[in-house]
Amino acid sequence: MRDSIDQKNIKLVKKLLLVVLAMFGFGYALVPIYDVFCDITGLNGKVELSAANEGQYEIDPSREISVEFITSLNETTPMKFRAITKKLKIHPGEYYTVNFFAENMTDKPMISQAIPSISPGAAAEYFHKSECFCFTEQKFAAHESKTMPVRFVVDPAIPDRYKTITLAYTFFDNTDKTVKN
Amino acid sequence: MSAVVTEHDDHHDHGPAKGLLRWVFTTNHKDIGTLYLVFALAMFFVGGAMAMIIRSELFQPGMQFVEPQFFNSMTTMHALVMVFGAVMPAFVGLANWMIPMMIGAPDMALPRMNNMSFWVLVAGVLLLASTLFMEGGAPASGWTLYPPLVLQTGDALPFAIFSVHLLGISSIMGAINIIATIFNMRAPGMTLMKMPLFVWTWLITAFLLIAVMPVFAGGVTMLLTDRFFDTSFFDAAGGGDPVLYQHIFWFFGHPEVYIMILPTFGVASTIIPVFARKPLFGYSSMVVATIGIAFLSFIVWAHHMFTVGMPMAGELYFMYATMLIAIPTAVKIFNWTATMWKGSMTFETPMLFCIAFVVLFTIGGFTGLMMALAPLDFQYHDTYFIVAHFHYTLVPASIFVLQAAAYYWLPKWTGHMYNEKLGQLHFWLSVISVNILFFPQHFLGLAGMPRRIPDYAVQFADWNMISSIGAFIYGFSQLIFLYIVIQTIRQGTGEKVTDEVWEDAKKHGLEWHLPSPPPYHTFTTPPKVIPTEHI
Repeated sequence: MRDSIDQKNIKLVKKLLLVVLAMFGFGYALVPIYDVFCDITGLNGKVELSAANEGQYEIDPSREISVEFITSLNETTPMKFRAITKKLKIHPGEYYTVNFFAENMTDKPMISQAIPSISPGAAAEYFHKSECFCFTEQKFAAHESKTMPVRFVVDPAIPDRYKTITLAYTFFDNTDKTVKN
Repeated sequence: MSAVVTEHDDHHDHGPAKGLLRWVFTTNHKDIGTLYLVFALAMFFVGGAMAMIIRSELFQPGMQFVEPQFFNSMTTMHALVMVFGAVMPAFVGLANWMIPMMIGAPDMALPRMNNMSFWVLVAGVLLLASTLFMEGGAPASGWTLYPPLVLQTGDALPFAIFSVHLLGISSIMGAINIIATIFNMRAPGMTLMKMPLFVWTWLITAFLLIAVMPVFAGGVTMLLTDRFFDTSFFDAAGGGDPVLYQHIFWFFGHPEVYIMILPTFGVASTIIPVFARKPLFGYSSMVVATIGIAFLSFIVWAHHMFTVGMPMAGELYFMYATMLIAIPTAVKIFNWTATMWKGSMTFETPMLFCIAFVVLFTIGGFTGLMMALAPLDFQYHDTYFIVAHFHYTLVPASIFVLQAAAYYWLPKWTGHMYNEKLGQLHFWLSVISVNILFFPQHFLGLAGMPRRIPDYAVQFADWNMISSIGAFIYGFSQLIFLYIVIQTIRQGTGEKVTDEVWEDAKKHGLEWHLPSPPPYHTFTTPPKVIPTEHI
């Protein structure tokens, strides 16, 4: 009797351990699931990190949308970073170029990566960039400063409720990480 | 089959081993239950002491006693200690003591693993406590351990993460053991739908544990590799996203809060019928409601993240799904009320705590419903309103019911009656002070006072002072509980208790068919009669 209970227990424990392992795996599976989900929905203002082709929209001169540009740095990032154009009124479908200024404040070369974010997040899927310094890592020599362009268009399909879109960039100092790899 | 078991009984009827090492090596479910309960009680006071530090600092505006960094460590550690050190182990302790006795089993299914899960828990909590003395202090990012803030923790970070791993392993082992016990060790005739609700709720809780603890373990492992091995799961610079952590955390976190409340429901459903002298109203609806709550807990997690940024459809889905939880929960509240309706009620301490639970948990439930409304949540999010909400669902719910369980079963465990007068004093002090403590926090939250801050604007001063006074009364009242427990273990009131302790309790549960205190080994022969009055 006891033996048969032991066998039943062992069988059950094995099954339950499989569940535990599967759920541990599921935790990691959430990473790609989340990315795919965000790509589809534009959730959390995640924006495309590759260039869109130019000239595929009809310009809609009857509508005007404000686009704001803001920049931020973490406390520990030794850079200067600002948007040269702070705000722009745009027509959906038309291409615009704005410039950003960044400077390496250290005596050493620096490799930085800018990460864009758009709010409201749901507008991200209508915002396309054909040129951006955020597509690749930026190399700075010691104390080098750069003016970097962003060329973008807002899809005329964007719903009317979006009157203002904010494009935010944060520069991260990736020097240590990149050099190590 | 009973013939074999009887033979077994003849050979092995021995008591506990002698000496202190008994407690280290024991595989007896009653010993391990006691270990868990004593450990949980100790942690209840450790976590409580941290709460006292928090409320002392918040007694007045301005910085009085502690550094802001240490204050933040206290809010973080208070939560971690209470959740993983006090409430969860206390319920595992109850499960160890009561489940074998309730289903007529001689012991837990996997006694050695049972021992191991307890000592892994102790190691986990000690590791967590050790972070208080490390360079850079204990984790101070809140118990949710959100990146990027948590990645700024000093030396403590890897220790806190390994501690979470150990606590998770311990809970998973405990859960597997409970499932195996309930599935394989029930006495003949104890069908699933005859089990006491405490057993049912623990079965479902155990499944929640094995489903979500591994996800949390994975999430904190990603934090670890982000900090030390250059991965970028949550690091925006490397293409990751800190919001991903919040999804992973709350996929674990929301079922986790039900892990703390479902066994509470089970204990209340066990105690209320005995003191109402009626069968539990709607037994099968209670079971279905518990399963319903457990299922819903997996699909509502992002209601913790309404303000983080979500498409409209997401906000709406999580809002409606969350409100759905009110239905099975209300089924339970109505069932408890209907159980008491026209019952021959008496108001001993365990019943008092359970009635207070039904009333005060309903308040916590209603504030939960308020925050489920996405547009309103933008006002309540991260304010003292949420602090008031979840403390109402944890202190006058989980803690009250755990104490009710202690009063209810201590006479069975020890063979001594507790001091009823002191018990009632403990109850009234607790129930009044807990409301002085947490009710004003609703007002503070609605007025906009953020949570997890050591200092606040002066317009919040009055309610904070009242809340702190409530906290001190509540905190020190718990010393009465400690005294009662120790006194009952020693000799109690001196009154000899009967086997069933409470009038007609035999009809409600198998444990009352055993002597008080029960011998070291019980139900080595399965019981013949299955009591079904609770159904």
